[in-house]
Amino acid sequence: MALVQQTSPHARNARPTSRVMLWVMLATVPGLIAQTLFFGWGNLINVVWCVALALGSEAVILKLRDKPIAFFLKDNTAAVTGLLLGLSLPQFAPWWVSGIAVISAIVVAKQLYGGLGSNPFNPAMVGYALVLISFPVAMTTNWAQPATLWAGAPGFGETLATIFSASQTSIDAWTMATPLDEYKHKIATFTAAEVLQHPTFGDLVARGWEWVNLAFLAGGLVLIWLRIITWHIPVAFLGAIAVMSLAFGSNADQYAPLQLHLLAGGTMLGAFFIATDPVSAATSHQGKLIYGAGIGVLIYLIRTWGNYPDAVAFSVLLLNFAVPFIDHYTPPRTYGHHKARRGVPGKNGG
Amino acid sequence: MTQLWDFAGGVHPAENKHQSTSRPIRRAGIPERLILPLQQHIGTPAEAIVSIGDRVLKGQKIAEVTTGIGVPVHAPTSGTIEAIEQRQVPHPSGMADWCIILKPDGEDQWGERNPASDYHQLGRDEVLDRIRNAGISGMGGAGFPTDIKLRPPRDRKVETLILNGAECEPYITADDMTMRELADEVVAGMKVMAWILRPSRCVVGIEDNKPEAIEAMRKAVQGTQIEIAVVPTKYPSGGEKQLVQILTGLEVPSGGIPADIGVMCQNVGTAVAVSRAIFEGIPLISRVFTISGDAVQEPGNFDVLIGTPVSDLLAAAGLQADKLNRLVLGGPMMGYTLTTDQIPVIKTSNCVIAATRAELPAPPPEQPCIRCGECAEVCPMELLPQQLFWYSKATEFEKAEHLNLFDCIECGACSYVCPSSIPLVQYYRFAKGEIRTQRAEQLKSDRARERFEARQARLEREQQEKELRRKERAKAAAEAQAQKQAEAEQTVSQGDAVDNRDAKAALVQQALERKKAKAAQATESTQQPPTKPAEKPDIEALEKQLTQAEAKLNTMQTMLDDAKTQQADNVDKLERAVAKNHDRVVRARDALAQAHKLAGTESSPQLSE
Repeated sequence: MALVQQTSPHARNARPTSRVMLWVMLATVPGLIAQTLFFGWGNLINVVWCVALALGSEAVILKLRDKPIAFFLKDNTAAVTGLLLGLSLPQFAPWWVSGIAVISAIVVAKQLYGGLGSNPFNPAMVGYALVLISFPVAMTTNWAQPATLWAGAPGFGETLATIFSASQTSIDAWTMATPLDEYKHKIATFTAAEVLQHPTFGDLVARGWEWVNLAFLAGGLVLIWLRIITWHIPVAFLGAIAVMSLAFGSNADQYAPLQLHLLAGGTMLGAFFIATDPVSAATSHQGKLIYGAGIGVLIYLIRTWGNYPDAVAFSVLLLNFAVPFIDHYTPPRTYGHHKARRGVPGKNGG
Repeated sequence: MTQLWDFAGGVHPAENKHQSTSRPIRRAGIPERLILPLQQHIGTPAEAIVSIGDRVLKGQKIAEVTTGIGVPVHAPTSGTIEAIEQRQVPHPSGMADWCIILKPDGEDQWGERNPASDYHQLGRDEVLDRIRNAGISGMGGAGFPTDIKLRPPRDRKVETLILNGAECEPYITADDMTMRELADEVVAGMKVMAWILRPSRCVVGIEDNKPEAIEAMRKAVQGTQIEIAVVPTKYPSGGEKQLVQILTGLEVPSGGIPADIGVMCQNVGTAVAVSRAIFEGIPLISRVFTISGDAVQEPGNFDVLIGTPVSDLLAAAGLQADKLNRLVLGGPMMGYTLTTDQIPVIKTSNCVIAATRAELPAPPPEQPCIRCGECAEVCPMELLPQQLFWYSKATEFEKAEHLNLFDCIECGACSYVCPSSIPLVQYYRFAKGEIRTQRAEQLKSDRARERFEARQARLEREQQEKELRRKERAKAAAEAQAQKQAEAEQTVSQGDAVDNRDAKAALVQQALERKKAKAAQATESTQQPPTKPAEKPDIEALEKQLTQAEAKLNTMQTMLDDAKTQQADNVDKLERAVAKNHDRVVRARDALAQAHKLAGTESSPQLSE
């Protein structure tokens, strides 16, 4: 009788990582649909291209690192990284820009740091920040103008050709400054009412963008409902933006109003899908609140007084830096202890 | 309605309890051999008080603990002691330990019994003694001697007595069935414990997935002040710390026991054992034991004699050997796998799961931790399991300890939910084991260092004493030399005082000597620790020293006077020399006075200026 020897617990009921990642990908579908409906095929093409490239570069680097390729590809984490880049890059970003972003995300930010679970920085945001700094023109002039799929958006073939062509001369007609960009640069000389005349803002908050953000919000709420993420990071993230906006930028003739901060740019995608990457985020609930709030504050500061119209990538990366520090000082209070053991061993009640 | 509190985290594993509750408790009967480990409790192992070949009666004490903490072992039935030898005992490591092997004679003949009709008459100490002599140790798993637990320190008054009937582990139904069928004995045992402890509150905690047990217990406590608290089903509500929190809202301090906050937990089975010991005079020789799992055809609970091999019980429950893949002693969350079914049921065993491969499948391969935090969400101790995992894996034990590794109760909730199927608990066990080993080694090396340092200090002291004796001999020799020289100089200066060159040469010579003497003095004062009065001061030597110094001072004074009268250019030099010599005389006098004091002669020589 050969009895199996196994350490406890013998029962398990876990959602495997691959399924968690699959849920994350599925939760972005509403956002992707909204992007496609309101801005054309650009994001969808980007997503497919980035995911394919992410899987490809992951396979290559795993091979180089002599790791089992199928085992790691099946965890779906590389696909998520590619997906997030595809969702956040400009719709008409040339193929090589998104390519560089994906490859640096997977190869440098993820695998060179030790692969899944060992990367201190959010890989997708490393890729994004890298191309944003390296190719500022390509990253700012390639945002599609809000034009619905059924009225005005360039067709699939045209979009595909634009993204993968060597020169991008014909696209000016389809692109437009993002609402955050527009508001930031015009409000210095115009009143809020005048700025909002620009077609990028539309009738509600920011044409197209508002629906994209609401769709990502919906997908994010599903993730919370499925207990794949906790509420702490998104709530602190959005709450911090709201507090900053109300405290410092309530005058719409000087600063972008709160609804624009929340419903334009990458706010909701960042709050629910990017900042919540568990590998590079803080661990305890208290830590997550600080981490999320830190990102929100930085986003507001950079958007308002910095050089960039949006700032999710930089803010997330800066707070990634702070995670070990945050984790040191925000352990939970363990049962049977009067207070949490903060700091490092040997100090502060160690 | 009893007020309840919630505890952090927790999981809801598939209960799998119905399989073993559909049949009443069956008698397992008398097996061919009984294997009775000498250590079935926490503390000192018992020592056999029978010999091979002895015939023993049912309930007869066959092993006793004479020194240290522990409880005796009794013969579960009448028979012959066949052997006292090493046998594999219930332990995660599969280790062997000393066991008494009893061959039953089938007569089941009782020995002497001493039931108490009214235990109130006996007095608390007598009741506690009977509990101890009945061999009762906690039957929930830890096996701490019950009589000692029932004697909390005087400053730890137990206000709340909790009977733990939560039984939160899947599969196990021993306590459930005990409460269903033996509720009166449970309550009677609890009353005895309450009488000993005099708590202000008695409460039985039962998970709400045991309606029959709750019903039976409610009936049994009618007319008493014992509360029945129905707690929500959530693993690990039956963990002592968690149940205390659920029922009292208090937390057991880290490293402490419930008695620190005025609470005591006892197990349902322990209460039955106490009841039997007091009212029927029956020692702890049997217990209710669950056999479950898909590899047995008739899972259920058995009234099992302590020492019955698991194999007998599996056979009684209809084991299908071809289906058996894993034997788990305990529950699926905290139990451990057995390497053989030839191990006995002991006082702390409560369940064996004969699992098929499909029932408890092997975990998928471990993936990297993505710090998703699921584990922290379910940790009932509010630890950071993912951080503990990193530190344990990286053998950064100091950091793991800092994050309260030792508060981990190894309930397995973290591993249960880990999406990367990391055997987290195993990492914590590893880290705890390593830390304990390191501590033991630290202690050992500390002792070794202390011994070494003591030896070094002794050798050094001996060396110093030797050196000192050598110095003293050298000094005495130098002084003798100096005196000779001084005498010679005196003659020279008297004979040829006007010869400046001679005088100068003499001065140089004297200066050199002074230096030498001073150096000697300096080394003496550093070499000779002032706190060592054991050294007997050599008064004679000091007196000699003083005389010499005085003689030298006189010489110098004369030389100075001469030089002054002759208006020589070395007057100031000589003046300094005289001052120095004067100091030396004073020092010598002081030393002498000190020496006299030490020698006990209270005489201080007069200063003659």
